Amino acid sequence: MTAGMPDPLIEVAGISKQFRTRSGDDVIALSEIALAIPVREFVTIVGPSGCGKSTLLRLIAGLVAPSTGRVRIAGTPVSGPRRDIGMVFQVPVLLPWRTVLKNVLVPAEVIGLERRAAAGRAHELLELVGLGGFADKYPSELSGGMRQRVAIARALMHDPAILLMDEPFGALDAMSREAMNLELLRIWHASRKTIVLVTHSIEEAVFLADRVVVISARPGRVSDVVEVHLARPRTAKTRSEPEFVRIAERLRGHFEMVQAA
Amino acid sequence: MTARPLRGRLERYGPPLLAGAALLAAWEYLPPLFGISKLLIPRASAVAAALWVEIERGLIFDAFMVTLFEALAGFVIGSVTAIVSAALITRSRLVERALMPYLVGLQALPKVALAPLIIVWVGIGIESKVAIASIIAFFPVLINAIVGFSTVEAEKVELMRSLVASPWQEFRIVIFPNALPFIFAGLNVAIVFSITGALVGEFVGADRGLGNLLMQLNFGMDIAGMFSVLVVLALLGVALHALVRFAHRRLIFWAEPENIETNTP
Repeated sequence: MTAGMPDPLIEVAGISKQFRTRSGDDVIALSEIALAIPVREFVTIVGPSGCGKSTLLRLIAGLVAPSTGRVRIAGTPVSGPRRDIGMVFQVPVLLPWRTVLKNVLVPAEVIGLERRAAAGRAHELLELVGLGGFADKYPSELSGGMRQRVAIARALMHDPAILLMDEPFGALDAMSREAMNLELLRIWHASRKTIVLVTHSIEEAVFLADRVVVISARPGRVSDVVEVHLARPRTAKTRSEPEFVRIAERLRGHFEMVQAA
Repeated sequence: MTARPLRGRLERYGPPLLAGAALLAAWEYLPPLFGISKLLIPRASAVAAALWVEIERGLIFDAFMVTLFEALAGFVIGSVTAIVSAALITRSRLVERALMPYLVGLQALPKVALAPLIIVWVGIGIESKVAIASIIAFFPVLINAIVGFSTVEAEKVELMRSLVASPWQEFRIVIFPNALPFIFAGLNVAIVFSITGALVGEFVGADRGLGNLLMQLNFGMDIAGMFSVLVVLALLGVALHALVRFAHRRLIFWAEPENIETNTP
């Protein structure tokens, strides 16, 4: 981003991450990653499996510490998990003994928000994710897509500025996935969050993003950053626009090179 | 309208009631046919009569209450101690690794073997029976609770970490409820074990309780009376087990059957 832009909300500077495997070898998961994400941007991170993109998300969340480099959020260095972040994982991670409402209320309970206000907000969030009538159901009574909506409502419960999503729709079938993409854009418009979403689907990455960050495998490096200037709100037709096809082709080129190498 | 529930009830209760009646009839009439003395296997009707005599004497009710109290108190003390111990042990991977082989070893020791020792230490009153029942109830709950507290999906813990939850919140909101199916598998075993513990304690040395009554009737060669105590013991076991199952259904309606660990006796 250019010098005229306001300070980024999320700043990833010179991040590297090494892991030691069981056999004692050092594996470089991420190498020299730099990223600056302004407020309310929707960034998707796309890469082949094992490229360290989930690790990058956990580094931003403060769940994992980098080997070198640092992450700053709103100007302050990240030294551990923080409450201005909402996380959505690959699986919904709902607590099966709690109703939908009580699952959404988990962050409120942990943080100690006032009960009545929290319950009111939880109901609003369930409306937002399209589960207004499901507050008293148990997770086992919901479909996979509905469970992931509950997880999104939960991530928004404590009104974090940032939403970090780790392949949130990876477990859904293609049709629910496209429906959830539209839903997520609607939620993003309504809630005005900054979203970083990791995916291995090129279509999903382009469809959602203001900017797509491509990460290559072993070691994970930023190999391309593509601005997506598709009109919003995006609809099912967006996928057939020439610009969408062009960007998707460009991204696909990176992965074909990876496979050839 | 009324035909349906009646039919449902018949289908549900009919077969076990019929089987029960058949068993009672077999008990009543079969042993004499095979020439077995009714001194060794008294008829069902004789046992019922003996039970009635015991009830009229009033001793069996007192004995029942004593044994019920010993078993229940032992069950509660043993289980609660086991759950708290398991929570503390699993706080540290190192402690868990250090203690686990010995706990499994102790689990393999037949705890009833401790009964004579505990009678010597605590005396022949109710306390020693409560102590024996607690020790026997303790281990199945402990081992299951340890397994339960250590088998939490990493993502659930990560969710709590991402919210900066305290260790106590993590335990209360995720780890404890998550372990309940395992804990109940232990409790199901422990409730039956605690009755055994109380009874064995009474055999070794006691002046009250169903075990004590059983021994007295044994000395008097009152076989029908002994059978009547066995019937009461069976009822006690069924009642306590039903209690645990009731709590089980209320608390862990959400668990899928394959999540529930099978018992370690």
